[in-house]
This record gives sequence, structure tokens and C-alpha cells, in this order.
Amino acid sequence: MENKKITGAHAFMQALVQEGVDTIFGYPGGAIMPVFDALYDYDKNINHILTRHEQGATHAAQGYARVSGKVGVCLVTSGPAATNAITGIGDAMLDSTPLVVITGQVGAALLGTDAFQEIDVVGITQPITKWAYQIRRAEDIAWAVARAFYIARSGRPGPVVLDFAKNAQIQEVEFDYKPCTFIRSYIPIPEVQPSQIEAAIALINGAKKPFALVGQGVVLANAEDELKAFLEKGNIPAAWTLLGASAMSTDFPLNKGFLGMHGNVAPNMKTNECDVLIAIGMRFDDRVTGDLKTYAKQAKIIHLDIDPAEIGKNVIPDAPVLGSAKDTLPALTAKLNDAKHPEWIASFEEYDKLEYDKVILREVYPESGEMTMGEVIHKISEATDNKAVLVTDVGQNQMMAARYFKYSKTRSLVTSGGLGTMGFGIPAAMGAKMGAPDRTVCMFSGDGGFQMTIQELGTIMQEQIGVKMIILNNHFLGMVRQWQEMFFEERYSFTEMLNPDFIAIAKAYRIDGTEVHKREELDAAIADMLKDDKPYLLVVNVEKKGMVFPMIPAGACVTNILLGD
Amino acid sequence: METKLYTITVFSENTVGLLGQITIIFTRRAINIETLSVSPSALKGIHKFTITIFATEDVVSKVVKQIDKRIDILKAYYNTDEDLVFQEIALYKVATDKLLEKGSMEDLIRRYHIRILEMNSDFVVLQKTGHYDETQHLFDELSETVGVLQFIRSGRVAITKSKVERLSDMLEGIQAKYGNL
Repeated sequence: MENKKITGAHAFMQALVQEGVDTIFGYPGGAIMPVFDALYDYDKNINHILTRHEQGATHAAQGYARVSGKVGVCLVTSGPAATNAITGIGDAMLDSTPLVVITGQVGAALLGTDAFQEIDVVGITQPITKWAYQIRRAEDIAWAVARAFYIARSGRPGPVVLDFAKNAQIQEVEFDYKPCTFIRSYIPIPEVQPSQIEAAIALINGAKKPFALVGQGVVLANAEDELKAFLEKGNIPAAWTLLGASAMSTDFPLNKGFLGMHGNVAPNMKTNECDVLIAIGMRFDDRVTGDLKTYAKQAKIIHLDIDPAEIGKNVIPDAPVLGSAKDTLPALTAKLNDAKHPEWIASFEEYDKLEYDKVILREVYPESGEMTMGEVIHKISEATDNKAVLVTDVGQNQMMAARYFKYSKTRSLVTSGGLGTMGFGIPAAMGAKMGAPDRTVCMFSGDGGFQMTIQELGTIMQEQIGVKMIILNNHFLGMVRQWQEMFFEERYSFTEMLNPDFIAIAKAYRIDGTEVHKREELDAAIADMLKDDKPYLLVVNVEKKGMVFPMIPAGACVTNILLGD
Repeated sequence: METKLYTITVFSENTVGLLGQITIIFTRRAINIETLSVSPSALKGIHKFTITIFATEDVVSKVVKQIDKRIDILKAYYNTDEDLVFQEIALYKVATDKLLEKGSMEDLIRRYHIRILEMNSDFVVLQKTGHYDETQHLFDELSETVGVLQFIRSGRVAITKSKVERLSDMLEGIQAKYGNL
């Protein structure tokens, strides 16, 4: 049967449908209008969410992708729309989030002429994408879309940009779609090498004090069960990176907590006491390792990763294990000796007690004084039965939330880890709620980050996206203020903020909300927020000069932990 | 750690923007590219880049992994001079009258294995192939004696001495293993 000719824009829509796309976050404009015109005919297949800024579209797509495991899709126009999308694209690159971002582009005949709203999108995005491609002819659409989705979701996921020239949107083309399953220059999942498994298992089976570090690679590989089986069989205590949060539930007995700069004391200390360190799908970020020269020098290091470029990038492993955690963990578990390390595991407790006494008690259970971030987060987590999706902005709110929220399901933390993007919170929460509509989504933000993407309240209003937004308001850019207090002689250079009436703003967007000034009002406000599935803003005025502890100063040894006492 | 000259060899699909994708990996790490040569390889549709940089082995190994990670790169590896047979080509334009004044073209040609590509009443174009030091040596001598009007040196081209897997065999292997999933 001969295919009927359709426009490039319609071919594009059909390609998206073939890839299973049902949600797009976008914003129309001149150079993408034919595609938006075609989208008008696909309202049964595709739910398009009109954000209020293209950055919001990208973060929403990230939130959607992170909770659902599906590819997040953005559709924006050329020029300033594309540059507005850059932050989200870069964020997705650093946090390995599968995105396909489609930008409009001027017609091929105008390329390179500085035409209206023309910008070199492929040139700008090449360093911050897995793949960036310009579609200049309608015949390339099926091929490029298929390739884009394959690249974005396979192997170590990441963002892909398709820069779609306007002439190709209008041209007519015979449409024939084949999904992409193979690119000869790209091996997404390296095959497990038995020799690497042998070398790693010999070290693990010989270990007296094994310790595992769990990263997002476990979640991206859907290998949470495989992880649990591995840890339980070897009785191996484990800790998680920021993006590895919720790969293990909080109450899993071998879960020993959060790694890194504001992580728990025990796992950071134990990093430099263990004899075999097993890193699983994590990349030894500087916020985890601190000073590499003093990092885990006593330990044999095993590094499981899907990306060959991560092996030896920061820490040179004694035994690298290339492959997907979905394959490598079971291969290790099969040869793992049943082991017990009761003294080693019990040795974490003394540090846990130290941290509880010096930090957690006053942060989470204060009985007098002003409210703290930690107590608010703890109460909200409990009020959701620890089942909510946690979305954070960046800064103190993020570190406190990661520390004191509890996780009972995987894919429960959406945060900007690598790029540390303030303004991530609101739009990412919208996307997370779209991607997991049956779950409660709680978004914690500071007063600073909230105002970076505050316009997305308009999107929440229009789509009635039931996100629960909590501003931990200290009238400061809190994390920067903390550093100024600790390292810059309390010179508070441009960190204090005069804030608007957030509740009045929410009201203008017809979003319900409450502002809390006193501890006695908090429980009732949380109950009010969680009473239904509608959008809600809770503003909690917390202590102005709260500090996130423990803290390992940037570049310091992982055991150089400040407790703020 | 010791810095030395490494030769990076990259095979890629012949797609738009590949050179940019490779060079930004060096730019981001503030590494100067010493020489660069790009041309079609023996396999149709596949291009070969030969790049030289001064770096430590730690840096060059990481850079090569980042290059190899790009989707359209088929293979990237690095070598030191001992592993390679390599060559550069240089062209020298000198004034004919000056060259004749100096006399004894024969001596110059014998010592440097020069080829003459063009000769007219105004200028002569000499060609010399060799390693950097060799082409530089001729440049220095001509500069001192007759003056050089124009000079150009190519990037390095190189072939490995060791028995390495042929790219065509590698591609067949990948196709057989992953292509029919």
C-alpha cells in the first residue's frame, strides 16, 4: 500500500504517538507553529501542558521522566525559547534524565543568516546533550525522532535536542515509521564481562568490612530488587547518594543513610573505614567524595557503572564492573557468599547516635524557639505515611528534605543534583504529579528558588495540577548565607530578601494556601494541605539563620564533619 | 605527572558537527590541540581524525573516553610516538632570485630530500615530508639563508605499529552482536 503524503508537522506528531508519547510540556511560537497546528488534531492522543516559561517546560519534563521512567518531551520554538530551555537540558545531562526537547528553527534557506529568532541551537546544546540534531528535510523526521527516543532512553539516559527547521515542518512527505533499536557507533549497555565479575566477587567475598554506595544507576536500571537481593545475601551495609535516594526504602535494615557534604555521619565516616567499597551506579561526585586524595584510600574499590567514561574519572577502581546494574548485580549475587558482619554493621550505630544527639534532636524535634526546616519536613513526610514523592528546589531546603523525608517507594525524590538549579522545584513538581498522578507530590522550596519560576503557578492553576508546595521561608538565600556565616566572616553579601506575600500571590492564581508563623499552627496547616488532591501552598516561616548540619566543607576530607556544636 | 605528546585517533560517522563535538571536549579542559588532520578513512562514509595534544596520560585517557562516548563516534584511542609511524608535510615558498643567488640547489635537495612543486621567475615552492623537527630544521635554514615568503605545515597523519583490530572487523562484530536484537 502506498503511503499518503502528509506534512512534516503531522509526520512528527505520528512519530511521537508511535514512541508512546502522551504528555508534552511546551510553549508555542513562530518557528514551531506548524507543529502546534498539527498538535491541535492530536488532542486525543497527546496531553499538551502549556507552561509559563520554556525553562519550566524542561524541568516539568524532567520531573515527569524521573518519577515515571518514561522520556520527558518538550516542544518549544526557536531563538529565545531554545535558550530558555538550556538550563533544563543541562540539568538533565548532569542528572542522566531522558528528555527529548524539540525546538523550532528558521527555514533551512535562512540558516546562518541571523534571521529573526534564529540561534545556533545544535552548536549551543552539543556539549550538554547526548545527541543534538537539526532536521532540515521532512524525509529525515521519522529517522531522527526514532533515533532521538532511542538515544534518550537507552544506556545511561540523557537529553536529546531535535532542532526542527520550519520548512521541514511544512514539506509533504510519505511517512513510514520504524523504531530505532541499533546504532553501530553506540553500545548503550556494555556486555557483562565474566573476568570483571570474578575480580569483583573475589574482593567482596574476602571483605570483612564491605560497604556499598548506591547511586541513581540502580533506579535508572530498575534494579532496586536486584540491589536488595545483593545487599541482603552479603549482609552489606549501604548508603545512598542524593540521586540514589529511595532506591532503598528508609526502613530497609541495611540502609545506613545519606552520603556526602550534608549526609549522615556514619556512612561518611565508614567510607574511610571499610575494607571493600562497592560503588553501584554512582559517579563519585565531589559533593560525595570531598578531597579525593584522602577518600577511601584504605579500601579496595569496586565500581559498577554502565558508562565506561565514569570508570576511573574521579576514583580509580581496583575492580571495574561495566554494565547495567540490572545485569551486573545478579551476576555478583550469584557468586556471593552468605556473610555476616555483625560487629561491622553494629559499628555504624555509635555515629548514628552522635548525629542524633548533636544534630537531629534539635533540628527535627525542637520544643521551643522558632520552627526549623527539619521539623516541617519530618512532619509532612509522616503525614503522607512516607509515601509521597518528594520534589525539592536547591539549597538548604533540598539538603534538609533529602535528609529528613522518608522513602518507602522507589523514584520518590526529584531534585536537581548535578546542576543544582534554583527554580527547579515548582515546574519539576508539576511534571512529577503528571507522571505519578496517583501519588501525593510534596515540593519543598526556599523563598529564593520559589521566586525563580513562580510564574508556573499559572500552569498549576490552568491544569489544576495537585502539587503540594511548601516554602520554607527564612527570608534569606539560606545556603549561601550559611557559607557566609561559616567561611566569609558573617559578611551577608546580598543574601537577605524582602519577600512578597506568597499567599496573596497564590490567591491571585486561585491556589489555596496557608501561612504558618507558630509551631502550634503547623499540624493543622499540614492536615489542611493534605486533605484533598488540589494544588496548595504552605508557607512556613522558619528560623532565619538555620544551618544544615552535618557539613563536610567543600574539598575537605570525608571524615572532616562539622556538627555545628 | 609527566606531560608528553599523544596522538589521538578517532573514527566517526561522516555527520555534520562532529569536529565541533570533538573540539569542545578539549576546550572544556583547556587543552590546546597541537595538530589536527581529518579525512575520509578507507571505509566508505567513515572519517578519521588524527589529533595531537600535550597532556598527561591520565588526562588523555579521560579525554579519549569522553570522545568515544559521543553517539556518532565509532572508535577513539591514543598512542605515543613509539607506537606509531607518522608523518607531516610542509610547503615552503621562497624567492627564486634569492634561492639562485645562494647557489647549490643540489646540496639542499640532497640533504633534505626536497621536492620542487612549482618554479617560476618569481618564486619556488619546495615540499618536504618528515617529522616536525625535520620540517622545522629546513624552515630555519631557509629563513636564515634566503628567507621564506610563505610556509605551511600539515597536521600529523599516523599509522599504528601494533596489530590492532581493524575497524571493519570491529563494525562487523558489533553488527553481529547487537544489530539484530
